[in-house]
Amino acid sequence: MEDNMIRVSVTDREGNVHELDAPTDMGMNMMELCKSAELPVEGTCGGMAMCASCHMYVNSSHAIPPKSDDEEDMLDEAFFVEDHSRLGCQIHLSNELDGLKVELAPVGN
Amino acid sequence: MIQTDILIIGAGPCGLFTVFEAGLLKLRCHLIDALPQPGGQCSEIYPKKPIYDIPAYPSILAGELVDRLMEQAEPFRPGFTLGERAEQIEKDEEGQFILTTNRGTRHRAPIIAIAGGLGCFEPRKPPVPQLADFEDRGVEYIIKDPEFYRDKKVVISGGGDSALDWTIFLAEGVASEVTLVHRRKEFRGHLDSVQKVMDLAAAGRIKLMTDAEVVEVSGQDGLERIAVKTKAGEVHEVPTDHWVPLFGLSPKLGPIADWKLNITKNAVEVDTLDYSTNVPGIYAIGDINTYPGKLKLILCGFHEATLMVQSAFKRIYPDKNLVLKYTTVNGVNGFEG
Repeated sequence: MEDNMIRVSVTDREGNVHELDAPTDMGMNMMELCKSAELPVEGTCGGMAMCASCHMYVNSSHAIPPKSDDEEDMLDEAFFVEDHSRLGCQIHLSNELDGLKVELAPVGN
Repeated sequence: MIQTDILIIGAGPCGLFTVFEAGLLKLRCHLIDALPQPGGQCSEIYPKKPIYDIPAYPSILAGELVDRLMEQAEPFRPGFTLGERAEQIEKDEEGQFILTTNRGTRHRAPIIAIAGGLGCFEPRKPPVPQLADFEDRGVEYIIKDPEFYRDKKVVISGGGDSALDWTIFLAEGVASEVTLVHRRKEFRGHLDSVQKVMDLAAAGRIKLMTDAEVVEVSGQDGLERIAVKTKAGEVHEVPTDHWVPLFGLSPKLGPIADWKLNITKNAVEVDTLDYSTNVPGIYAIGDINTYPGKLKLILCGFHEATLMVQSAFKRIYPDKNLVLKYTTVNGVNGFEG
């Protein structure tokens, strides 16, 4: 793998697994990565942890920085929230996240 | 019936700037928005966030941008129908659109400009089976009149200010029994509201169920009980007359989807010549439209609004010539009254 590129896997809501190559030097987050791969992630608020439309589950044991209060608060307005729930927009792509596995959370009504 | 030249659906930044640009051409505007205040997402989602890509403003708070757009539009005396959702359109015998809101307010105009952003903000509905069967039969997503809950058993879900504030209000002599259900132990509301809720719970005046969520609603003739599941996996039945889930708002395209417009991925297709849709007389500008190369940026919406009103003018006055006038030369001549 090139410098500043990692591979992450995203399981969509139909259970299909997408292996995505992601740059770590572009200031991107998981919400943006999913959108750029045309996966069904809305990212309504643009990445401010203010809408919960990029709710996903982290299924690998990577050390992701803990949730901020803003993120935790926003998850209060989401549904199907689990202990490993995160907002994709708050997962910033870095070299340490190579091999990250996430799954898109179901969307409510 | 409210009559205007351009009926703007959506009072976000793009809709508000349309009022100014239309006003320069002596066209009057009326705005409709499902939210109770103007500003769209800027007011509803991120009023305190700075925006850095508005030309000539190195940084401006979203809420302040809305205030300034309102000020800029003011000389052109826009009308507002707020807190109502644009529901239905039809054409009258003179070819004008008649637009009716969900509350029955009727508007008439030769031009409709959809500046609906992400759609209209509607309450988030929890994914509980058969929930729709109990809507308005015990399940409400908004508390309109607290008296409605007098001497009733009420369950509220949510962890934000509205859940806390209504819990406190209803517990203080309105409802006969109040239960607050929240998915974790921490609340994100104002500290004094959180403290008050804790005090009420300690005094036994409300029932507080944390690390828990409502998973079931049931009843014969309207809502009679809900089931609450805790993080530990226990399920508790709670008899109740009402359940009010308060999980904030999220945008939905809503009734616009039924207006025979060409829609791709929740956005209205437009011609970039003038941002017209496939329905003559209806335009779409800002985040709600799509075209090759579309960028969802406020500044792009401003540009679209400016070109759109020129085309609208020509539709309304096909025989009049339109000359671009600069505000620096002519100033801004608003409407009287």
